[in-house]
Amino acid sequence: MMDAASTLISIGLALATPLIGGVLSGIDSKLTARMQERVGPPLLQPFYDVIKLWAKKPMIANRIQPVLAFGYLGFALVAAGLVTFRQDLLLVLFVTALADVCLTVAALSAKSPYSYLGARREFLSMLSYEPVMLLAYVAIFLVTGSFTVQGVLDYGRPLLLVIPAALVALQLVLVVEMKKSPFDVSGSGHAHQELVRGVYTELSGYTMALVEVGHWAKVATTLMILSLFWAPNQLVGAAIALAMFLVSLVADNSYPRLTWQRMLKTTWALGFILILLNIAALAVGGVV
Amino acid sequence: MSLVQKARLKSLWVLHFDCGSCNGCDIEVLAALTPKFDVERFGIVNIGDPKQADVLVVTGPANRRNQRVLRNLYEQMPEPKLVIAVGTCASTGGVFHNCPNVLGGVDKVVPVDVYVPGCAVRPEQIIDAVVLALDKLAGKAPKEEA
Repeated sequence: MMDAASTLISIGLALATPLIGGVLSGIDSKLTARMQERVGPPLLQPFYDVIKLWAKKPMIANRIQPVLAFGYLGFALVAAGLVTFRQDLLLVLFVTALADVCLTVAALSAKSPYSYLGARREFLSMLSYEPVMLLAYVAIFLVTGSFTVQGVLDYGRPLLLVIPAALVALQLVLVVEMKKSPFDVSGSGHAHQELVRGVYTELSGYTMALVEVGHWAKVATTLMILSLFWAPNQLVGAAIALAMFLVSLVADNSYPRLTWQRMLKTTWALGFILILLNIAALAVGGVV
Repeated sequence: MSLVQKARLKSLWVLHFDCGSCNGCDIEVLAALTPKFDVERFGIVNIGDPKQADVLVVTGPANRRNQRVLRNLYEQMPEPKLVIAVGTCASTGGVFHNCPNVLGGVDKVVPVDVYVPGCAVRPEQIIDAVVLALDKLAGKAPKEEA
């Protein structure tokens, strides 16, 4: 059982995930601008954007959309809470999937062909990263004997030294999750190359603000999970997560968007092969 | 200044609509986004979705064919919103003013907040127009001319 102090820390950390994600988003646009030899917006730009969206006059397409937008943020925060309370990683995956379903149903609920197309592409993004993530968690289970975050923390050794290939596979997952090129098929963050606004087309005003904050929470949660790969020293773990975040930004600025077919093939083929080879190597070595 | 007011001034999302301009002004609008002018440092981004846009930047003259689309885009934008007419054609109809199919400037169809004359306009003028529009958004009386 956890004592009161660590419970408070866990709640605080879960509620801080949107803030962490927002600052990371600000760093993202600043670094992206620098990579394109621009000055770039201020660090707090994402927060200005969200406050402005929140204060715009509501023009909501239908009555279910606000519920679903709150659901997206709510489920994203619950997923963050499950990680900070050291619960089951599988449960985190399913709750995150529920958040994504809220977003796609919100997009499908409006009568717009662009929104429809974006929602289908969001489903394809989920289809491409969730099985890889699931297999990575299976690899973690085979090594640590547990699906829980607590189990990873109790394992004692850094997971990176045991299952490095799983982390490479999760890098692909992170790019899809952050909606970065080459895998930003459902809704690119910047207006580079988008069919209106992808899955976000029919969201406006405060529903868009909620979805944006929910996305920050989701990205921060995924980064927290990645930091578990060096669990004994959480500073090193955070450094690994940050490095993977930077790799995603470099990829975003280096590659054009791929088709969804290429995304699905790349994440599944590369992700599955890497993790299965890693598990096979461990089996030969007698670790699992 | 309240936080919301500050956020509004620091985050302006632009919807760019071409009413049938010769593309001269469109190129200059896009030039404002390039590294040399980099309007994103002021929080201004080009966005394709009227439902999330704050400013409608229109180039080219309003005509009978596209007035419905222009009005539709304007009506899909949630308040508070601004319209900037970029270029001589968008301001008055320009060289096309007496064509049978042309209605004139875009203010014949939607209310315009800032006019940017020029053929083609310079990116600096467009940025200046956006600054004027910001004054209007802040509730201050806009200066007389760009």
